[in-house]
This record gives sequence, C-alpha cells and structure tokens, in this order.
Amino acid sequence: MAYLELNNVTKTYGTGENTTKVLDNINLHIEEGEFVAIVGFTGSGKTTLVNLINGLEKPTSGEVLFKGKPVEDTSHERGVIFQNYSLLPWLTVYQNVEMAVKEAFPKKPKKFIDQRIKEYVEMVSLSHAIHKRPKELSGGMRQRVSVARALSMDPEMIIMDEPLGALDALTRGNLQDEILNIWNKNKRTALLITNDVDEGIYMADRIIPLRPGPKATLGPEFKIDIERPRDKTALNDNASFKKTRNEIIEYLMEIGNERSSNSEIQYELPDIQPKDLRWEFKASK
Amino acid sequence: MKDSIIKGFRFIGLGFFEPLVRLIAGEDSRKNSTEVLKKIIAPIASILLFIGIWYSGSKSLFNTEANYKIEKVRKEQGDEEAAKMKACIESGDVSCQPNTLPSPSQVWASYKLLLKDHKIISADKDAFKQKTAAMNEKRVAQGKNPIVYTGRPSFVDQIKTSIKTVFAGFLLALLIATPIGIIIGLSETLRTSFNWLIQILKPVSPVVWLLLVFMIVKTLTKDSNGDTSFIISFISVGLCSMWATLVNTAMGVSSVDKDYINVAKVLKLGSLQKIFKVILPASLPLIFTGLRITLSVAWMVLIAIELLAQSPGLGSFVWEEFQNGANDSNSKIIVAMFVIGFIGFLLDRIMLTIQKFISFDKNEGI
Ligand SMILES: Nc1ncnc2c1ncn2[C@@H]1O[C@H](COP(=O)(O)OP(=O)(O)OP(=O)(O)O)[C@@H](O)[C@H]1O
Ligand SMILES: [Mg+2]
Repeated sequence: MAYLELNNVTKTYGTGENTTKVLDNINLHIEEGEFVAIVGFTGSGKTTLVNLINGLEKPTSGEVLFKGKPVEDTSHERGVIFQNYSLLPWLTVYQNVEMAVKEAFPKKPKKFIDQRIKEYVEMVSLSHAIHKRPKELSGGMRQRVSVARALSMDPEMIIMDEPLGALDALTRGNLQDEILNIWNKNKRTALLITNDVDEGIYMADRIIPLRPGPKATLGPEFKIDIERPRDKTALNDNASFKKTRNEIIEYLMEIGNERSSNSEIQYELPDIQPKDLRWEFKASK
Repeated sequence: MKDSIIKGFRFIGLGFFEPLVRLIAGEDSRKNSTEVLKKIIAPIASILLFIGIWYSGSKSLFNTEANYKIEKVRKEQGDEEAAKMKACIESGDVSCQPNTLPSPSQVWASYKLLLKDHKIISADKDAFKQKTAAMNEKRVAQGKNPIVYTGRPSFVDQIKTSIKTVFAGFLLALLIATPIGIIIGLSETLRTSFNWLIQILKPVSPVVWLLLVFMIVKTLTKDSNGDTSFIISFISVGLCSMWATLVNTAMGVSSVDKDYINVAKVLKLGSLQKIFKVILPASLPLIFTGLRITLSVAWMVLIAIELLAQSPGLGSFVWEEFQNGANDSNSKIIVAMFVIGFIGFLLDRIMLTIQKFISFDKNEGI
C-alpha cells in the first residue's frame, strides 16, 4: 500500500452536453518520503489533479487513497501551495501566514506562533515586507508568501502547484533549496507540479509527464538517479542528468507534436517537399 | 503639509481641490493652473450659469403670473383696480405678490430669515430651560414628569430631527438586513426559497410601508406615551431602505472568490472562522455599497414619510410651508430643498469615506 494512491481516476467537468473529461485513467503511486514531480503542458489538467489529491475536488470515478484511506476532504496533513497564490487581500503578509500557523498549531502559545510566522517569512526573504498587503507586493513576492504559508503548517505531504513560476532564477534556486531542505529534514513527502524540466530533475526522485488533455493520462515515469544533495552547478556536467533531461524533453516534444497534429484546426500548407539531408548524407557515403 | 492636505481632500472625496492646493504651493504653475481652470473654475461657472437660468426663469414666471393677476382684476373689478394692483406688485408689497417660483435672492433672504428665526427660538428655549430648571428638579424628585418646551421647532431643529430619524432608520436597516443577508447568502436553499419574498417586498412604495407600520405601532404603543410619530417614521424608513443592503450582502456573501474559499478549506477553518475571517471580509466591499445605497434611499424616503406621517422634520416643514401659503413659503421650500440635497450629499460622502477606509482594494469610489 503506497502512501498516496490514485487508481483509475477520471475527472469530468460540466454536465449534459458540456462535459469535458479532463483526466482519464490516472494511476499514480507515491511512497512515503518520495519527491515526485509532474510536468505537463498548460491546460492539461495539472491543477485538477492537485485538487483531487488535496481534497478540494472529488474524482468522477476511481479512487484517491491517502495512507490507505479515501480522500474525502482537505486535511492539515496535506499542505498546498496554490498556483494562483490565493492570498487573502485584506490581510498583511504576517496575518496571512498567521492564519495558517494558528490553524496548524492551535494549542501552542502566542510566542511560538509569532516566532514561527517570522521564521517562515524570513525564509522566503520577505521580512522587510511583513506588514504589507498582497496588493503592495509583486507577483513573485506573493508567490513566496504562499510558499511560506503552506510550509509553515509543516504538512506531512507538500503539494506544490507550479510554486516558483513567477520567480527569477536566483530566488527560485534559493527557494528550491529551502523546500528540499524542509522535505529532507522532516522526512516529508512531496508532489511538485512544474513546467520546468530542470527544476523537476533537480528536486525530484521521479518525473512523470502528464499528457495533454482532454482525457489527459500520465506518461511513463523517468527515474532520477542522481545522488543527493544535488549540486546545481555540477548538474550540467552530470551525464545522467543530461541523458534524463534529453529523454524527457524528447518525450514532451513528441506528445506536443501529437497534440498539435490532433488539433482540429487545419492549416493550408504550401506544396513543397523537404529536402531529406539524411538520405543525401547516406547516399554520399 | 501640502501632500497631507491633498491626501485629506482625496480621502473625503474632494480630490478636485488637488490642483488648487498645488497651485497655491507654487508647484508647476502652468500645468496646475489649467487643472484649476478645468476642475474648479469650470464647476463654479456652471453654478453661476445655473443661478442665471434660475433667475431669468423665475423672473419670466413672475411676469406671467403678475400679468395674469392684473388681467383677472381688470376683468372682475375694472381698469382702476387693475392699475392699483399693478402699482402694488411693482412696489414689492407683500400682500399682493404673485405666488410663483421664487428668485435666488428671495431664497437667500428666506435662508437668512430661517437662521434668524432659529436664533430667536433657541434663545427662547434657553430662557425657558433656565426658568423651569429649579421647578423640574422638584417635580422629578416628586416623581412627576418634568415640564418640557413645547414651542414651535425652528428650521434647524427640524433638520436635527430628520437626521436623527434617518440614522435610527439606517441603524435598524443595518441590524436587520446584514444578518439576514449573510444567512441568506450562505445558504443556496434559503436564497432560492426567500427570493420571491424579497423580490416582492423590495419595490413596495414607502407609503405602503408607512401605513403598515402605522397599523402595527399604533396598537403596540396604545398605553405608552412615547414619541409614536418618531417610532413610526424611523421604522418605515428602515424597512424601505434595507433592501439594497439585504440584496447586496446576500450577493457579496454568496459570490466570494472561490480561491478564498479554497484557502479556508485547505487551512480547515471552522465554520465560524470561515465566515468571520474569510467570507465577511471578502464581501465587505459589496456590503458597504449596499449600505451606502441604503443610507441615500433612507434619506430620500424620510422626507416623504415625514410629510405623510406628520412627524416633525424637514418633510413636515416642507408640507406645512406648502399649506401655509404665506408670501415667503415658496422660498422656504426651496431652501429646504437645497438643505435636503446638501445633507444627502454629505451622508453619501461620509459613507464613501468609511467605505474607502474599510475596503481592501482601494478602488476609487464614484
Ligand atoms: N471548475 C472547472 N469547471 C470546468 N472546467 C474546468 C474547471 N477547472 C478546470 N477546468 C478545465 O480543465 C482543464 C484543465 O485545467 P487545469 O487548471 O487543471 O489545467 P493546468 O494543467 O493546471 O493548466 P495550467 O498549467 O495553465 O495551470 C482546462 O481545460 C480547464 O478549462
Ligand atoms: Mg494549473
């Protein structure tokens, strides 16, 4: 029995004629302590998948099991970093995080709560903006508050929906390390949704592509056998990294091409034949 | 200093003074003088234009009315009387002035007269209070009711009564409509089951509400000697005006951004926490828009209700002056009109200021 199991899950939105089957036949098993990344194209149903796992949505058919029990509702055991930050605009950074910390640690004294809030705000380097409201923050800053809020609850499983998309490379790198640190130190389980293959390889044990929707299914998984702690600068010279990276990108390009050839739009193409260089090359040999 | 003045003006919704402040502070005089021209001089010009049109309009109405009056006298009593009437009108004698739309200067004169009247009455009141102070103390000690001033209220007293009534009505609307709106907004079932009632009651005219309230309050207050007319008018005002708040609150609560609800779910907030920490703050802007409409509706219907219920206030002032038909009644009515409009404007500004203060996305109000 895996820690998190999705068995033959499908998800359909809408009723009557307007139904779209977003996810089809999803099977995913994540073991305790694992770090799994899912990569996919925009609109393929990644957020839908995340919502099924965190309990905000129910599968149309199939089952989602967390520690052997069906997921019926949201839970503090599964923390979520939302893709669209979802900060409460009338609260300051401090208050947004406070709300989460208070819920996660209802019995702890005020001082503990206060310290924890400050610690996590510090972690995402927002101490200077701790009393600002989301409206006064940049997109990247908001995203970091959202990260701080989710991690401050210390969930057993961290579910991240493109958590670092709006950040510059440097901040992104730092936060990746912070997340890895928390995951490793507290022996957590993590599910990362990302559109950045490098990020997936750097952070995860396995990368699973989500094929484009509608009726999106999971593709074959790619194991990342690079020893931890991984060194970002050395990664580029790592043979295993290069190989996996190329495999994943090739696979994604393949399904990407499939998607565009499956699309219903028909393009008038000019009637010209490509010159086959390979053939020429072969012939000249 | 300059910036804080500008901020203050902006905050109370008088942002158009900004260029004037900047001009006085000697900042970028060319740009700011065109701004002053646009935002201050132009409105002043429009006020002058308005007064001009009013003046000529009232003058032509005056002439028509005067001619009619003279012709009537000529027909009934002959040329001689008509000439006398004409002379009388031209002399400005109050006894024979034609009754029509008063001119700006007449209205101004009435305004000053009303203020003077207020001074006299309040002096009178003070004197009465001093005279009866000792006696009232004794009466209270004996368990009797103190003697109160029962003289005619001045114009300013009427304004005060009206404002008191409108706030009582507004408070009633607030206390009834927001809780109900929140409850209805939270439950889809309640919303659909009570929607018809709200839709039917919302367009009911103030007059009908007044009559309904009158029927009930009259019986309930049979043996108390409280201020029945005040009770009737403020309840009617509350009932008429609460619908905007009710509907807006229900709408605000039921249409909270799904993201916020998701946050509440993921954090596993309890239902009370969810309502007070997420749903209510998120719908506060809409609730306040509702309250703002409620207050302006309350002020509008108040005048009509006072007029009908004969309860003291600006409405009955207008009605009494209209029935009075004295020479300066018309100009007093116009004074009341401006006062009513101005107070309505002020009330709206107050609400707008509170709204700006409270709402999290500080959108510029309208
Ligand atoms: N509540 C909903 N009702 C109906 N359709 C929905 C709903 N939520 C998502 N969808 C549809 O499901 C599909 C997948 O959406 P989803 O948000 O899961 O994609 P995504 O992979 O997260 O995309 P992105 O990378 O842009 O975040 C889209 O076609 C979307 O239109
Ligand atoms: Mg998404």
